[in-house]
Amino acid sequence: MNMINRALRWFFFAIIIKPIVKLVIGLRYQNKPILPEDGPALIIANHNSHLDTMVLISLLPLKVLHKVQPVAAADYFLKNKFIAWFALNIIGILPIERQSERQTRSPVEQCAEALKKGKILIFFPEGSRGHPETMSELKYGVVKLAEQCPQVPIYPIYMHGLGKSLPKGDALLVPFFCDVVFSEPMHFQPNLFEQVKARFEQMQSSVKLPKWD
Amino acid sequence: MFFDLSSLQPVTQVFGSLFVLLLVATLVSFMLSRSKPQTDYSELTQRINSWWIMMGVFALSLYMGPMVTILMFAMLSFIALKEYFSMTPTRLVDRRVLFWAYLTIPLQYYFISIGWYGMFIIFIPVYAFLFIPFRMVLAGETKNYLRAVGNIHWGLMLTVFTLSHLAYLVVLPNEAEVKNLMVSGSGAALLLYLVLLTQLNDVSQYVWGKLFGKNKIAPAISPNKTREGLIGGVLTTGLLAMALAETLTPMLWWHGLLVGLGIGMAGFIGDVSLSAIKRDIGIKDCGQLIPGHGGILDRLDSLTFTAPLFFHVIRYCYY
Repeated sequence: MNMINRALRWFFFAIIIKPIVKLVIGLRYQNKPILPEDGPALIIANHNSHLDTMVLISLLPLKVLHKVQPVAAADYFLKNKFIAWFALNIIGILPIERQSERQTRSPVEQCAEALKKGKILIFFPEGSRGHPETMSELKYGVVKLAEQCPQVPIYPIYMHGLGKSLPKGDALLVPFFCDVVFSEPMHFQPNLFEQVKARFEQMQSSVKLPKWD
Repeated sequence: MFFDLSSLQPVTQVFGSLFVLLLVATLVSFMLSRSKPQTDYSELTQRINSWWIMMGVFALSLYMGPMVTILMFAMLSFIALKEYFSMTPTRLVDRRVLFWAYLTIPLQYYFISIGWYGMFIIFIPVYAFLFIPFRMVLAGETKNYLRAVGNIHWGLMLTVFTLSHLAYLVVLPNEAEVKNLMVSGSGAALLLYLVLLTQLNDVSQYVWGKLFGKNKIAPAISPNKTREGLIGGVLTTGLLAMALAETLTPMLWWHGLLVGLGIGMAGFIGDVSLSAIKRDIGIKDCGQLIPGHGGILDRLDSLTFTAPLFFHVIRYCYY
């Protein structure tokens, strides 16, 4: 069964998602891509749209697909049986309980464990999807996680345009180019929180494109 | 002679010479970067590499027949419209209207594929232009309504309507008149003639401007455009158009000269009118899709004006 899911996952990304991301949406890189070639690695990105995860996974080569795990909210994605199966096996999420009363293990520990297994985690430090093209306040989780795994490189990525293509609460995809900004990998350090914030501000300022009116 | 050039079809002759020209350019840029390693030629190399890719795509459409050409230009319109919507301000309430705007592309190119000229010529500037404001009224937001309508309409005009004239060129000649796709006056030959002249017009206006440019024409819009560059470019394009007229088109040599002068002027207007849009938005290039050239619209800007002009002259006078 596991093999079948793994094959389905491969086909889903190779045949459906990658072509949609590359042809219908279209990616424009601001500078040369800087991406992890193997796990463990932590990719952190801004979050506006369900497309974010799809684009980030499409950026990575298919040969590391089985190591990629987007960190996602358990209460949102495990509500319904089919969505849960799809999220866990095809998208390959690492489900995290957001409400503390339902947590059996701390989310940070769960992520750290996955990194120790050599996974490439996709982590949205803002928590949930915000409004298109505005970054919400960063949460502290990313720092706690980096503290647990100081050896793991952190790859910040900034994406623009996806919140317009598929905003929260809409199901119709309208094509807009997605601008992707890459940045040098970071490691744990005492003032990581400020560093990450500054990095995202810097990446955000390199994209000069319109917001919604 | 080992290889008889005159036995080749006109399109292949002209396209082959372009191939040789680009080969020479590649060699020269390679030797330049070898002999002067301290100077940075990366933009030139990037530009030439991008020309190879563009030539390759264009060759594919020329030699694969009308349907492939139509599909290719539909794809080009899609990328250009996406680039346009990605750089201009749009309203959140118009998200679904933009979706309708994208849907005009398959329709417009379908009308071309069946050769329905009447529909091809009015579909965008009449029906799409009436439907879109209507659909926006249904959304119910009046703030910036006029600006948003204008924005979407001009986007469709530039990226779908004008560019689709390039595709109509390949179905324009009556099949009974032109059986072979590669001979003079065939769709492929007309398309090659127009695209070649428009692109070389860009290059020659740039070169003339660099060499002799003094009097700026529209410094507020495009500071590099000079009267000397424009005149030199238009004359060069006119002469080249005259030289190629009888090889690729049904025109006489002096018709070719006039049309070439027109293409030179229209190319200039297309170029500066896109520059005005970019100035208005406050960006330099429409994107980075074609390394060294900017976005796809930066490369197609002149064609947005030359394509309808050339198309209508040819259709009215010869087909």
